[in-house]
Amino acid sequence: MGMTIVEKILARASGCSALSAGNVVEPAVDLAMSHENAALVINQFLEIFEGTSIEPKVWDSSKVAIVFDHRVPAESSKTATNQKKVREFVAKDRISKFHDIRGDSGGICHQILPESGYVLPGSVVVGTDSHTTSHGALGAFAFGIGATEMASVWALGTVLNVEVPETIKVNVHGSFPSFVGPKDLILHLIGKISAQGANFRVIEFHGETIRTMSTSGRLVLCNMSVEAGATSGIVPADGETIRYLRDEAGVNDPLTLVLPDNNAKYVQEIDMDVSGLEPQVACPHTVDNVKPIDRVVGTNVHQIVIGSCTNGRLDDLQVAARIIRGKKVSKNIRMLVFPASGKIYGQALERGYIADFMKAGAVVMNPGCGPCLGIHEGALADGEVALSTTNRNFKGRMGNPKSEVYLCSPAVAAASAITGVITDPRKGEN
Amino acid sequence: MATVVLKAGDDVSTDVIYPGRFMATVLPTETPQFAFADNTEFNAKLKSNQVPPGSIIVAGRNFGCGSSREQAVSTLKGYELVIVAKSFARIFLQNSVNLGLRLVEIPEIEASDADELDIGTDIVENKTTGRRFNVVPLPKTRQAIIAAGGLIPYTRKMVTERLGSTDQARNT
Repeated sequence: MGMTIVEKILARASGCSALSAGNVVEPAVDLAMSHENAALVINQFLEIFEGTSIEPKVWDSSKVAIVFDHRVPAESSKTATNQKKVREFVAKDRISKFHDIRGDSGGICHQILPESGYVLPGSVVVGTDSHTTSHGALGAFAFGIGATEMASVWALGTVLNVEVPETIKVNVHGSFPSFVGPKDLILHLIGKISAQGANFRVIEFHGETIRTMSTSGRLVLCNMSVEAGATSGIVPADGETIRYLRDEAGVNDPLTLVLPDNNAKYVQEIDMDVSGLEPQVACPHTVDNVKPIDRVVGTNVHQIVIGSCTNGRLDDLQVAARIIRGKKVSKNIRMLVFPASGKIYGQALERGYIADFMKAGAVVMNPGCGPCLGIHEGALADGEVALSTTNRNFKGRMGNPKSEVYLCSPAVAAASAITGVITDPRKGEN
Repeated sequence: MATVVLKAGDDVSTDVIYPGRFMATVLPTETPQFAFADNTEFNAKLKSNQVPPGSIIVAGRNFGCGSSREQAVSTLKGYELVIVAKSFARIFLQNSVNLGLRLVEIPEIEASDADELDIGTDIVENKTTGRRFNVVPLPKTRQAIIAAGGLIPYTRKMVTERLGSTDQARNT
């Protein structure tokens, strides 16, 4: 029987020659990532060792990554205290892959990991963040876990009792029309299979649309796979993966690309053609409440957000900057831009995108998760509507249960910033 | 026998169970105060000790979807609630097993607010309506963690077995 990518990765990581869905394994972890919730991981980690005579130490300090992004700079003394506690732990246990609140090397974990070359094809990546699925874009098996499970990984270097997941194969064909891209594709897929359509399963992305897509676009697809419930999204590594890792992430190590067998067993196959795809919008309050843009055009908006681990990369900022350049953000709204990392912020500065945003009236914020999860900045008032390139629109997500969040691509967000209502970027003076 | 104290629909997200704006609070001893914080009536009921341990939340499909935040589990565990749902999102289910929050998966469940349920291992009976429902058992791998009292004691045992004798080597 042939194997899917994830079956092959888990077989290698568990020391098995062959595996199939449903088998139970204990894979070795290549990278274990946390953000501010490392504070809770530390708490649980120390508790594991309580009553034993063993000194608490992470199994391999070079394989633990901690990136501050959810609340940067700290919004409260409580967060500041947690961040301090994590810094002390990082120093004591000599965690080398630590990204503090810095303009040069800081940013959102799901951008920092790829751009720093921490994620390699075929590796097993776990993170205490549900959007850890992102890293499947580089051909790794990457999935989200809770803080206690991460504490167990820190202690043992493995994930206990992992059931090998079934895989859904998604074949994507055709070329994207203008102003349509990876975000529209993944929103459309989630709308089609529902918020639980891939629960406990992996989504493997195939087809010429994926082969010609940049790593940045693949990150969007894998990032939001979790919004269909997927354990992970994964793209078979290829020439683009090698280019990204060598040229953009500075990886010199030898790379082993793990590919699925031709006779791999998939639980479901889905074919999609993007050549006729329209811009897609996920409406309140679930990510699978997806509509083509013409159904929501004209909806009043109070806040535009461009950024996040989904759409805060250079190509996203480029699309938005080109639309907004020389125009003005509508007087009735606020437009907030959050580059995904300090590196991207710098590149956007050099290319003039930041100036484009600011001259138009947008506020460019520091890299981080920003208003996405409603804890830090950019909260909404009662009755207000946000149109955002982030990944979740659950009730209360942006800090107020009496507000609404619509999700869209950077192109839709930028076009709508000018008009103040949801606007089709393919129309009008853009 | 226990009472349904909250009836919820499909796709109850972790943002609803434990809103992101309280994420700076991490300790399981402190998270219960923010359970379903935006449902002010239910939150107040929980905090006023009107809800006895073992009380039930009944929900539809995909309960606990969204974030991996463990606060969404520890906040409910603090009241020893039992969650009966048509299905659970993966990370929430895993976190619940790890922290010892009791989940009962019943694809056919039908129950309303204030119904009395008798929760057995294989069968749940709605005493109010007289209907009986089959429970989908958790995988054995999860049951092993529950039997150990949660992931912390389960891992502690592994750590002791695997690292206990080599601790000297680890520290040098």
